[in-house]
Amino acid sequence: MIKISDPRKLLNISYQTRALIVKMLSAAGSGHTGASLGLADIFTCLYFNELNHNPENPVWPDRDRVILSIGHVAPVFYATLAQAGYFEKSELFTLRKFGSRLQGHPGLDSRLPGIETSSGSLGQGLSIATGMAIVAKKSSSDIRVFSIHGDGELQEGQIWEAAMAAAHYNLDNITAIVDLNGVQIDGPTREVMHLEPLAAKWQAFGWNVIGCDGHNISGILNAFRQARANSGKPSVILARTIMGKGIKTIENDHHWHGRAPSPAEAIEFLCQIEEIFRDELAKI
Amino acid sequence: MIYNKRENRPTRAGFGEGLLEAGLQNHHVFAIGADITASVGVDRFAQAFPDRFVSLGIAEQNCAGVAAGMALMDKTPVFTTYAVFSAIRATDQIRISICYNNLHVLIGGAHAGISVGPDGATHQALEDIAVMRCLPNMTVLSPCDATQASILTRMAILEEKGPVYLRFGREAVADFTPPELETRIGKAQLLQPGNHLTLIATGHMVWEALKAAEMLSLKGINARVINMHTIKPIDTDAILKAAKETRLIISIEEHQVSGGLGSAIAEVLVENCPVRMERIGIPDCFGESGKPEELLDKYGLTAEKIARKAESIYRTTQISS
Repeated sequence: MIKISDPRKLLNISYQTRALIVKMLSAAGSGHTGASLGLADIFTCLYFNELNHNPENPVWPDRDRVILSIGHVAPVFYATLAQAGYFEKSELFTLRKFGSRLQGHPGLDSRLPGIETSSGSLGQGLSIATGMAIVAKKSSSDIRVFSIHGDGELQEGQIWEAAMAAAHYNLDNITAIVDLNGVQIDGPTREVMHLEPLAAKWQAFGWNVIGCDGHNISGILNAFRQARANSGKPSVILARTIMGKGIKTIENDHHWHGRAPSPAEAIEFLCQIEEIFRDELAKI
Repeated sequence: MIYNKRENRPTRAGFGEGLLEAGLQNHHVFAIGADITASVGVDRFAQAFPDRFVSLGIAEQNCAGVAAGMALMDKTPVFTTYAVFSAIRATDQIRISICYNNLHVLIGGAHAGISVGPDGATHQALEDIAVMRCLPNMTVLSPCDATQASILTRMAILEEKGPVYLRFGREAVADFTPPELETRIGKAQLLQPGNHLTLIATGHMVWEALKAAEMLSLKGINARVINMHTIKPIDTDAILKAAKETRLIISIEEHQVSGGLGSAIAEVLVENCPVRMERIGIPDCFGESGKPEELLDKYGLTAEKIARKAESIYRTTQISS
């Protein structure tokens, strides 16, 4: 797929994705709005710039693999896949409906193009990425494996089992991305279960730690570049994000973790997204 | 008895042989180590194919996930540790990362059953069949001796699709299945004909059932003996044939009587041909330390106890009918 490097074009795609997320969640009547909106910029940079992939041939053996460990952000995942051309955007509005390929949390058995694994039970994706990366190394393949995590998800012990293994096997073909929005269902992560010092934790586990602003397109691209240039150890990008980014009235509000907008709210949210997009574009 | 007993061998040795053979035949087979590699019979594979052995330490949840990742890259991973750790500790990872993805992964459950002995309750897997059996896409195997463990391991790796759970034991037990005996996944083996009652056993209990049948024959009771080496998919035809022809079914397993082989058989009988049934196994309790033979005796899992119980139930059913 042709890579887009112009930050203005990428920002445009990510705000289109945000609008799609609001529309599809409103149509679904349930789902995870906050983190989906917060990850739109990172997904856009990943799928439209960083990834080696071919939406016309989703099972191309040499494609980079994306393991969505936090299955609940399926809306941003599906919207990005549709934007990249894996399937028609009209299918996005079947999200969470009976018979849909767009399951509430991604299911491999739905056969939706672009899905590499089922996910929804937190903490499992980094192990899957590790298994893939081990095989890639042993087969001398240069494919890279990207896994996407939430900060609350790092409370799962399995993440650290996998972190240990990936460093043990020097899996520099893994890039883990942590959505550091500081919020989980019960409230702020620092109150629910403190995670800091997070960078030091990953470093102590033998990882190359990269920090970035998860809403600054150039910053995200730069973080991916650093991960690509790194060798000898796996990389983790700690991306600071705002849950609900793009809709001022819901930003950082943990009540929007697992809530979908009503049709009336959706109309208001779409107006806000349009406005914020113009503001953000003016900054580039 | 028609079966010649060779030198006693643990079923884990058979598993190790089967894994090694599968590794020789197919270079996409990988083995994952969870620290107790030699104890579970994976050491020979690790020595023969160091490039295809991945040590992950004491981290079973990660092992299951890494296995899923390997299978998604078209490899056939084998993840083996004690059954209490593979089947039970990593259940959610097996459910989501392996079964929901319907990946061809062989999950080995070593040291299954009460005959683990002195290690005690924490290490005696008595619930693994129940847990693995109810997972969609999963096949559940429980070979009766080392020879069959080797055959089923090879078949599970090379011929099956989707996730497979294979349980085996620790102790050296009778190795008796003749090489000419056909083993097919999903097809129970009729080891001894009989028309008075049927003993359906799995794992180590098959040999005990054969010995029990011999004891019963001295009392004029002809016991049919079936080796249910595949618990899922269960061989419904063999169960129903036995039910119709003998009217009394006794299940024998080193597992809780709830959820395991006995339950699987009961489900078939209740829906199709209700007959008198008795489940011999662990009666909803945890195990304890002791010699394997002491523990087997306590829970009625020796040939003598099985024969005594079978005779008693048989006589009662004769009186009542």
